[in-house]
Amino acid sequence: MAGLATSFGSGAMSNSMDDIANDAEAVLIIGSNTTEQHPVFGTMLRRAVNKRGLKIIVADPRKIDITEFAVLHLRHKPGTDIALINGLMHIILEKGWEDTAFIEERCEDFDAFKETVMNYPPDKVAEITRVPVEQLYQAAEILATNKPMAVIWAMGITQHTVGMRNVMSLANLQMLLANMGKPGSGVNPLRGQNNVQGACDMGGLPNVYPAYQPVINEEAQKKFQDAWGATSSLKVGRTVTEMIPDAAEGKVKALYILGEDPVMSDPDTNHIRHCLEACEFIVLQEIFPSETAPYADVLLPGVSFAEKTGTFTNTERRVQMVHKAVEPLGEAQPDWWITAELAKRMVAAGGGRQIAAGPYAGWDYADSDAIMTEINALTPSYGGITHARLEKGERLQWPCPNVEHPGTPILHSKQFSRGRGKFMPIDHVDPAELPDADYPFFLNTGRVLYHYHGGEMTRRAQGLMEVYGQPLIEVNPEDAARLGLNGEKRVRVTSRRGSIEAEAWVTDRVPPGMVYANFHFPEASANELTIAALDPVAKIPEYKVCAVKVEAVK
Amino acid sequence: MAVNLTIDGKPVEVPEGTTILKAARMHGITVPTLCYHKDLTPTGNCRICVVEVTGQRFLQAACVTPVWEGMEVKTHSERAVGSRRKTLELMLANHPQDCLTCDASGSCELQDLAYEYEVEVPQWGYKGTRYVTDSDPNPFVRVDFNKCILCRRCVLACEEIQARNVWGIGYRGFEEVIVAGADTTMLDARCESCGQCVAYCPTGALTNKMSYGLGRAHQVTKVTTTCTYCGVGCQLDLEVKDNRIIGVSSNPDAPVNGMALCVKGRYGYDFVHHPDRLTRPQVRRYLLEGGSKSRQGSSWDWVETDWDTALDITARKLVATRDTDGPDSIGVLTSAKCLNEENYLMNKVARQVIGTNNIDHCARL
Repeated sequence: MAGLATSFGSGAMSNSMDDIANDAEAVLIIGSNTTEQHPVFGTMLRRAVNKRGLKIIVADPRKIDITEFAVLHLRHKPGTDIALINGLMHIILEKGWEDTAFIEERCEDFDAFKETVMNYPPDKVAEITRVPVEQLYQAAEILATNKPMAVIWAMGITQHTVGMRNVMSLANLQMLLANMGKPGSGVNPLRGQNNVQGACDMGGLPNVYPAYQPVINEEAQKKFQDAWGATSSLKVGRTVTEMIPDAAEGKVKALYILGEDPVMSDPDTNHIRHCLEACEFIVLQEIFPSETAPYADVLLPGVSFAEKTGTFTNTERRVQMVHKAVEPLGEAQPDWWITAELAKRMVAAGGGRQIAAGPYAGWDYADSDAIMTEINALTPSYGGITHARLEKGERLQWPCPNVEHPGTPILHSKQFSRGRGKFMPIDHVDPAELPDADYPFFLNTGRVLYHYHGGEMTRRAQGLMEVYGQPLIEVNPEDAARLGLNGEKRVRVTSRRGSIEAEAWVTDRVPPGMVYANFHFPEASANELTIAALDPVAKIPEYKVCAVKVEAVK
Repeated sequence: MAVNLTIDGKPVEVPEGTTILKAARMHGITVPTLCYHKDLTPTGNCRICVVEVTGQRFLQAACVTPVWEGMEVKTHSERAVGSRRKTLELMLANHPQDCLTCDASGSCELQDLAYEYEVEVPQWGYKGTRYVTDSDPNPFVRVDFNKCILCRRCVLACEEIQARNVWGIGYRGFEEVIVAGADTTMLDARCESCGQCVAYCPTGALTNKMSYGLGRAHQVTKVTTTCTYCGVGCQLDLEVKDNRIIGVSSNPDAPVNGMALCVKGRYGYDFVHHPDRLTRPQVRRYLLEGGSKSRQGSSWDWVETDWDTALDITARKLVATRDTDGPDSIGVLTSAKCLNEENYLMNKVARQVIGTNNIDHCARL
């Protein structure tokens, strides 16, 4: 998100899933296991291949399912995305396929960028990425000559110490080819969770208020001070990847955690456990006693999506209604009610913090519609997105500044949010930890079709467990033979931070020298192994690359 | 190019290449269908939509026959209706007589047509089941090919919607049957368990195993909502009976996904009623006893309590931490699983009440 914000001024997916499926001539899928992680969008792309010959290029170290529908699979070495993109752009410039008019009219800083890209001739790129030179030429031609072309990515691009630079490289590619602002084009980060877009939009980030109004901006601070009667400082707060480690150092004393399971989802689980143990007070608002619950002091029972009414915002900025279908279980309460009740009590307790009067200072909400009214008033891009409009069947994608506005399916169509698109010169940098003699394998991590994230929900879904009931570690057949794994055997995977044992799935989905593990099962979670090395700006951990050793369990 | 024709005596004008079925529907004239579905390529194989076209020797399948200039169509001529009745009779002769206990009763298109055309099972009919019921081990899809009318919607849904090609046609003549892969199990045929085939099946041949026996169409309330799993934002209908979700069905008006869902969206709902759910607030015993924090012995036990107690304790602890160690000594993690409205309030409680920008969620994870 920070990467796109730098290049274009907005961090969101620029296009919509249906315009990509209907109008793109080609797509580059890089770092997205689309058919397993965004399955219905994956099927939309497969349909587009079957029905109208959409050309898909997949760049991924793993032979993920969507490669079956691809015209080309670039199986680059983990952590070499920048070199790969620069190499493709080098060929595009060499062949004169760039869109000079677009670059001149709508972008800036092209020369410095071009100078950097010139340092990535195909031979050198092939050496860094292990992608053969012929494939680089094939890919560059397909991407440059089939327009519009959309780039699609997910955590495979962002979860690196160079995550932000990876994203800016893809933004460079799309500016170079003028694939911005029209149907079937664009920069399209697929957001993982059902409402991760909304959580960002609503100010669930340490650097911004709702609608990305920066906390360091005095005007924004004044706006919320006036509205709420009190607000936070001009200093950017801590990210999740800083907050929890800071608990171990005594800088963070208390955590209020809503529906998040750091023990499963954060890197380097052993360290996370240590940090949570050190924290003086943890209140956990959850629907299940998660793996984090043993560290909590208070457990507040929230409800699932089926027990409350409100809105989610999907990956393409589309706001949609969620409707209560069943009554909350037992004494559980909707999460908005719990947060409001807690806030009321904290305000009533007074103490050292004064809250002045303000039009939105209070905490009395009859329902989530009343909260949305407050959001409309303080969140410019959601100004016109009301429950009433959604209930009438209106289809709204933000920005939607007022109730007459029809919403915005495609961003950046006339100009970029920041004015001109900014080319960034980006150089390849190695991941924080590479295989060596002691830890000779790459570890790549992620999810599988049948489970979701830390698995709190899907491990409690009987049918999903029947199909995928235990953690599997993907091991290439060549490695399996070398390790003495005959068929299905258990392996021990060890990094400098931890060790797990699980059954091996011997498959050429992973290349030799790489194993893949998921973090759905507490008995063998990939995050026992992952490294908490962060992107310096985005503070995102390098989940996609670290070094491990693999042994057969006798 | 526009084409002029008459349907049931009514003159209509439609674009060239339009099928009789579409032309009729465009003008509010009903032609019954069974194998046809607007999302799928028409195959014309069930013969329910046959209509009489003046000058044609045979009845024409309306779903696949394009109109022509001057065409005269009778959708409910004696001959067309008689043919439909005979077709239905043949289908029912080869169909179990278990509507009383069938899960699809009330949402079965074959049952609706039999009702409309007053067709009963012929006396010479039903010779007993030919296939094992619940014949596939897939945990989500209940297969009962005794109820299959070979309309091929499942085959097309898998091919054209899911693009996975699990289902096909096996054997010939009276032995013809739908098969997964080369007549293996669905999962072995690389089924992704999306349930698209179930959503498009017009009878009880493919039903949702998790919902089996729990309620039929007229007994459930459908609540349209947005899926809780990934960021695609599929909309779906939760089927509710007695305050319990008993199934999920596709909502054809869903903006992003139409009828399509994935295995988690369609079948991953049972966590909602899982016995592990937290149903009462709980606090560690040391908090009730007023002692200092200890992870040892019974003072670290969970004690169930009421909302007032739990919220008061939490508010007191957070206010004390804020006032003693400063607002930035508190961290707030909001949730990408929760509503926009809830995330907004988490942002407000962090910034207004606590006074910190230490708020984040799993966007990075």
